[in-house]
Amino acid sequence: MTRPVERTGTFQLAGEADGLALVFSQPLSFWGGMDAETGEITDHSHPGLGQNVAGKILVMPSGRGSSSSSSVLAEAIRRGTAPAGILLERPDPILAVGAIVAEFLYDIRMPLVVCDISNLVSGDQIDIGIGKDGGPIVRVHLPSIRQSHAANRRPPAFDRDQVP
Amino acid sequence: MTLELTAQDRSMLDGEQGSSAAAAMKILLAFSNSIGARGLLDITGAHIDGCLYHGKAGLDFVERLVEGGGRVQVPTTLNVGSFDLIHPGMVKMPAAEEVPARRLMKAHLELGCQATFTCAPYQTRFRPSFGEQIAWGESNAIVFANSVIGARTNRYGDFIDLCCAMTGRAPAWGLHLSENRRGRILFELDVQAGEPSDSLFVGVGLFIGQASGDRIPVIAGLPRPRDEDQLKALGAAAATTGAVALFHAVGITPEAMTLDKAFQGHAPDETIRITRADIDHALARLSTVPNGAPLAAVSLGTPHFSHEEWMRLLPLLREAAPGRRIPIYVNTGRATLTRLQEEGALDGMEAFGLIPVADTCTYVTAILEHLDGAVMTNSGKWAHYAPGNIGVSVAFAEMEDCIRSAAVGHVVRSAS
Repeated sequence: MTRPVERTGTFQLAGEADGLALVFSQPLSFWGGMDAETGEITDHSHPGLGQNVAGKILVMPSGRGSSSSSSVLAEAIRRGTAPAGILLERPDPILAVGAIVAEFLYDIRMPLVVCDISNLVSGDQIDIGIGKDGGPIVRVHLPSIRQSHAANRRPPAFDRDQVP
Repeated sequence: MTLELTAQDRSMLDGEQGSSAAAAMKILLAFSNSIGARGLLDITGAHIDGCLYHGKAGLDFVERLVEGGGRVQVPTTLNVGSFDLIHPGMVKMPAAEEVPARRLMKAHLELGCQATFTCAPYQTRFRPSFGEQIAWGESNAIVFANSVIGARTNRYGDFIDLCCAMTGRAPAWGLHLSENRRGRILFELDVQAGEPSDSLFVGVGLFIGQASGDRIPVIAGLPRPRDEDQLKALGAAAATTGAVALFHAVGITPEAMTLDKAFQGHAPDETIRITRADIDHALARLSTVPNGAPLAAVSLGTPHFSHEEWMRLLPLLREAAPGRRIPIYVNTGRATLTRLQEEGALDGMEAFGLIPVADTCTYVTAILEHLDGAVMTNSGKWAHYAPGNIGVSVAFAEMEDCIRSAAVGHVVRSAS
């Protein structure tokens, strides 16, 4: 096993999580885009249609859409159907509010991190930890198949939407 | 991320004003940080869009604030809920959903919010004035406050509208600040109109909503509206097809007395011409049934009917005299309804099928019966959302045509 790749960023909500990456190049609106009862993506115009965010580390450029997404995220966190953590390229106030309200109500911390999301691919094992300065440390463990290719091939761009 | 806090903000954050105020301040600060606000500013009022029940988390949040002894710090109005509390039995809902949905409305009152339950708080005594800083939810109310009144709010939503009310503060960002209120995109309306119809304003709203994206639209050439209800319809439509929170209409709205003022001296990023064909196309898309289709009901008052709109409707009802076979639902605020009742204006009107609805709206909850036929409306917003929300087919038309259609039992539209 090679050393994991580390990257830093800022927390919109601090916490620790780990899981398999689910990477989208297109932002997902939780309201009208995800079923809070199951975690399944229901947006017919989104490439992730039919996939499930529950327990994953959701990786996407930004949030999108109606402020009602705050409620849907909070409800999903309550039900245990939310992602284990979310990595965004740009901060998102709507998702931040949903995550903070869920922490306030249910003491469940779903970390929300703003960081570089390039070269992440669905299926990568991602750890979100808290550094000494209180900021996030995101560790990416490449699956063995990507490591064996890494020597002679550039890793796929982050915007691959399908699980390899 | 350096957010400047006053001593009062910090005291609230530190829990010196109770656990509810502390929680609200903490959430507001996290929100403010993520949008890059430098600080907070005082607000003079809030409007909360939190009374429609969407799941347990929403109710848990309000309950927690109630348990912590929380009170809103500024006059705070409430948007529609899932129930008509004035007319019990109007809404049909399984008991398992009804209990938390009713509780959600009541819990907001326990925080000190006003029992307005209207999407048109600008038609109540809590209407803000020009230049006031407010924190409002509900898209049509937001665009009306910013555009028609010249009060200042961003598009606040879930949880944050209430956190602003609980703290009396809002992030100093976006449309609260003068420089961010300037127009970006110019729409030149090229439509010959004698007496401007209500549907012209709806059509312009639908069009600019779709074409503006996140840029503030300026409309040049808009005919002078008969009353502010036509601007209300325009704004509601623009906030339906897009995310418009503020529009300027040159020579009409208060921050756009001239084209130059609307753009604050800058040039528009883009200019788009709106023709009669554009308007007709936008309006045609609202109707899912043709003329002649059988009619099941009429729904008016989305956003909630003003007193002036009632004064236009009631003579039409007497003149067309529809029988009571086709219900004519009219959504309105409870304050407006009380005034009408005191005036005796509604006496005997049930004979024409009139059914006033307060505190809620016919497209967000189960009110309509006999859905075996189209529902006719003069609201662009209702026509847009009702098919998805409650599964009806819709015919959009002027209010006069809605009432005439109710009299004959099928969809008729005047030649215009």
